Formats: sequence, C-alpha cells, structure tokens
Amino acid sequence: MTHAISLRIGPATFRVGSAWPGPLRDLARLYADYPAPLDAIADYTVRLELAGWARRWVRPSIFITGDHGLADAAPMSLAHGLLAAEMGMNLQMALGWRRHLLLHASSVEKDGRVLVMTGESGSGKSTLAAQLGERGWRLMGDEFALLDLHSGDIFAFPRLISLKNRAIDVIAGDVPASRLGPMLRGTAKGDIRHLVPRADAVARMDEGAPPALLLFPRFGHAVDVRPVAQGETFMRLTQASTNYVALGEPGFAALTRFVTHVPACAIDFPSGDEAIALVEQLWAEAL
Amino acid sequence: MGGGPLSAALLVAALRDPASVERLDAAQWNGLIAAARAERLIGTLAVRLEGRAVPETARPLLADARLDAGREARGALWEADRARAALASLGVPLVLLKGTAYAAAGLRAGQGRFIGDLDILVPRDQLDAVEAALFAAGWEWVKPDPYDDAYYRRWMHELPPMIHATRDRMIDVHHTILPLTARQTPDATAMIAQAVPLDDDLHILSPEDRVCHAVAHLLADGDLAGGLRNIWDIYCLIADLPDPVPLEARARRHGLLSHVRQARRLADALYGQRRLRLTSWDRIVLRRLLARDGWGRETRKLLRFAFFLRSHWLRMPPLMLARHLWTKWRKGHRPR
Repeated sequence: MTHAISLRIGPATFRVGSAWPGPLRDLARLYADYPAPLDAIADYTVRLELAGWARRWVRPSIFITGDHGLADAAPMSLAHGLLAAEMGMNLQMALGWRRHLLLHASSVEKDGRVLVMTGESGSGKSTLAAQLGERGWRLMGDEFALLDLHSGDIFAFPRLISLKNRAIDVIAGDVPASRLGPMLRGTAKGDIRHLVPRADAVARMDEGAPPALLLFPRFGHAVDVRPVAQGETFMRLTQASTNYVALGEPGFAALTRFVTHVPACAIDFPSGDEAIALVEQLWAEAL
Repeated sequence: MGGGPLSAALLVAALRDPASVERLDAAQWNGLIAAARAERLIGTLAVRLEGRAVPETARPLLADARLDAGREARGALWEADRARAALASLGVPLVLLKGTAYAAAGLRAGQGRFIGDLDILVPRDQLDAVEAALFAAGWEWVKPDPYDDAYYRRWMHELPPMIHATRDRMIDVHHTILPLTARQTPDATAMIAQAVPLDDDLHILSPEDRVCHAVAHLLADGDLAGGLRNIWDIYCLIADLPDPVPLEARARRHGLLSHVRQARRLADALYGQRRLRLTSWDRIVLRRLLARDGWGRETRKLLRFAFFLRSHWLRMPPLMLARHLWTKWRKGHRPR
C-alpha cells in the first residue's frame, strides 16, 4: 500500500498499511518511543482501505481490514484515522491471537504483582488504569490483558490508552501534550483522545507478573464492594475473552488456575478519586 | 495505491517447494503470510514448513496456525460425531464431504486444512427425515429469508445452511453435487453407493469421487474464490489415488471429464511438476487464481468480477439469473 509502518506492542508486531498518510503520521508520532520490531516480519497485517471508489477525496472514509476483518464493519471518517488504525490492530488481536488467553481487561502492576480490571465499555476500567498508571503503578494495558497459558502470569499489551469523553478532561490536563493524540470528536463512542503510556510502561512491556487481584469496576454508583465467587468469575471471564473458545483445553486450564488463585471483587464508585482510594485499600488487603 | 509483488505466487511456490522459503526476505515473508491467511491456507503452509529453517519471527505465527488447525480438526470431527448421533435412528448412510472428510480419513489434503462448516451428503429421498432429525437435535435455520429459503429448496444442491443453537457450528446438508440448474449433473446416488465406510457409521466418498466432487465445486460451480485451497485439495487427492486409471472413467460418468482434466493441469501448474501443457483458458484461470498482492489484497478486480458473473451464468439460465440478481440487488447485496 502507499503508506506503511511497522509497530511492536508487547509480544505482537503489526504491519499497518494505509491509503492515506495521515493516520500513520499520528501512529509514528505516538509510538515513536516504542522499541522497533526485531525484523520486518509482522504477526499481523492491518489495512486502512478506501471504503469506496471515490472515498479518497469525497467524504474520505476508511474500511478497516487486514489478516482478520469483519465484512460488515462500518466505514470510518478519515478524521478518525488514528482510531481506525488502533481498531484495526485490536481486531487482529481479538480474532487472531493464540499465544495467551486474551482477556478484555485493563491491567496495572506494582511490586511484581498485577491488578486486572474487567467490565463492559463505560465501566471505568480504562480510565482507572490510566489514572493508576500516572500514580506509581506500571500500566500494562487498557484493552487486553494477556494470560500466559503455561506460567499463569499476566503479560502487557500497552497500546495507546483511549480516553473517552469525561475521562479526557480528568487526565489530559495533567500530562504533556507530547503524550496526547489529536482530539477525535463525534466517534461512535463519543469523543476520544489517545494517551501514550508513561516511559516505564513502554520500557518494561515485555515483563509479565503474576496476577494478585481481579476487580469488576462500575462507575457512577455509590461506593460498594462485593466479593465475586469463583464460578461467576469464571463465566464472566469466558465472556470477556475473545479467544477462550478457540484455545480449547489450554484456555480452560489457564482460566481455571486464574480464578482459583486470584481473589475477585465487584466495586462501585461515583468518582475517580474514590475509585483510586478503594483500589489501593483492596490491594493492601489482598497482598 | 501501490501494488507490490504477487504474494499468491509466493504462497504457491512455498507449498510446491517448501525449501523456497529459505530465500525469502522479510517483505516477501509478510506477503506470503498475508496471502496464506487470505486464501485460508495458513495452516496448510505451516504444516508444510514444519521443521524447515524459517526466520525467528515467523516461527510463532506458524506454530499458532498449526495449533489452530489441530483444534479445528478436533472440533470438526466432534461435529461430525454429533450429526451421526442425530441421524443414527434413521438408518441413512451419512457421507462426510470436504474438509471434515479429509480430516476423518487422515488424508494429506486435511493436514493443516481450514475446516469451516460440516458438509454432509445424504440421499435426496431421505431429506425430510434428515431435516426433522437435525431440528430435533438442536440445529436451526441460519437466515430465515423467504426468498433465499425458497431459492435453496427449489434450485440448490443443499438445504439452506443450518446452525447448531448451542455449539454455534454450521451444517450444510447436500443431497446432490451441483445446483439443479447447473449444466453438469454428477450422479449423487452413485457417489453414495460407492462411499467408503469409516468407523462409527460415517462414510467418505471413494477416492475417485473425492476428486470429482472437489473439481465439480471448483470449476463447474465456483467463481474461483478460495480456488488456491481447492486446487491444493485436488492436487493432494489426485496424488493419493491408489490407482490413477479409474479416475477418467468415473469423471466421464459424472459428466465432469473436461473439468477433471483441467483441474489436473491447474494442480500440476501450481503445485506439481509443471509438465502438463496449458490451454489459454487455463492461463486465464491461473491469472484469476493468483490475483493477490503483497498486502493480501485482491487485485485484478475486473477479471474477478468477470468470474463472478461467469459463476452465475454457469449456475442458472439467463432469465432466471437476471431475476435473481435483481432481487439480490434490491436487498442490498453487492459483490465485493
């Protein structure tokens, strides 16, 4: 394709091709401090194609595809090109990754132990991870936590953090502009702005660590903490995994080990500050 | 947009001669992997390259593909077993087709092969009983569209696709070999009569009929989408014939002789010794089959579209074709 870039995020490498230079310029700037891929052979190819024959110039729209794609994916505006590239890479991971059990969860690490947070979009797991990542925790990822099938450790996939709507105001004011992507207004999920993880998160992205606590956060409710039993945790994590079925027995074994070793709580909170206090308290109790 | 080298040619070369990958640079490897994924031959390629010297960074993704293929085969065989259980009381011979058959019989064509749906062949006069038994065992219709349903029942060689409500796997129940509107009429009854029993009440087609069936779907019916994989199947199935002589007589019996001969030439040109003489039509078909660039994208759009039209032309008479395309167009369907 006319424009191309190679990236490595944690254990995965991507070759991203685009019909337009814009989305890759943003990628190049925001991923500038990530280590370069070992050689140019990528795990996945992502393609940002013209959504139709005239779409290079007239209301330019991107069709996201690659090694793995969804035939009925809605085209995206070129103005949201960076988001399209990120979605293209997520799509390859969600549909193709087999080297770990993939959990749709954010994760952060402290003192060699990992806190995993999972929940629906809008639950606050991404914002919470971003905030903890600015407060002494190592951010491992806001989208996917990689559960190692053999060791049971969690590995990082620290792509750009996608801050949404109110989370943008909460976090963007405290970080330098060089760590922020362009403001993307009016996407399918509202306003989005990408945040580059802190340097330590990138430098240590190949380091895994054992999980110590699993949280199911829920934003917008009075403070509450409820333990979640192993059976329910197991079922909710199978639904939060994109490759649990594809992995078969090794996936079952890894998830069984996870739920039997890692305590799990559902937490409700009305604001970020209360969430952070709650997480620190539960973390101290869990260790 | 920049094109890049034809990656499908790299894929074909790697399957024909696995040692050829030792000469590839990183850009060519990317093209090879993208083409193999797009043609759903990544598992086959990974099995072919097992034990070869491949770059460090290519090794894990090939290992992934082999694991996927292994799980795929296990799932497919389980699905075949479930269909067997569902139909056990009917006393109907259950013949496995395509990927599941190759996996069940341990054929070379099945090694690393992508297996999508479960395809089975049952006698046409038993169709109602088979449909009812599958429903009772938890299968249901995939797309309850009245036009498609009526179309399948009146003209197609298989029932509308069904999916299992809890296992989420599709089954295609074939009762003939090609759509009833196609010009060739392979003899499904004869194929069932000659089917070879495996364990557990399952059958697969005879070695010659396996070739005829694969060829029928490739050349008489298809627009050659996924053709590289189909021809790999055919290449392996021909190579595994216990005796090459009876194939031609069997192909003639099914009205597929010229198609089988062409498929043999194409398989030889792509994966074999490249000794057979090609016709100009063969060369056009090969151009169509190899139309994929270094990013795994389809190229030669006009040629592809011509083959898409041709597939429909072969499948149905002109007036019926016009009516069908008009109905589909109004429903928003566009060829991609």
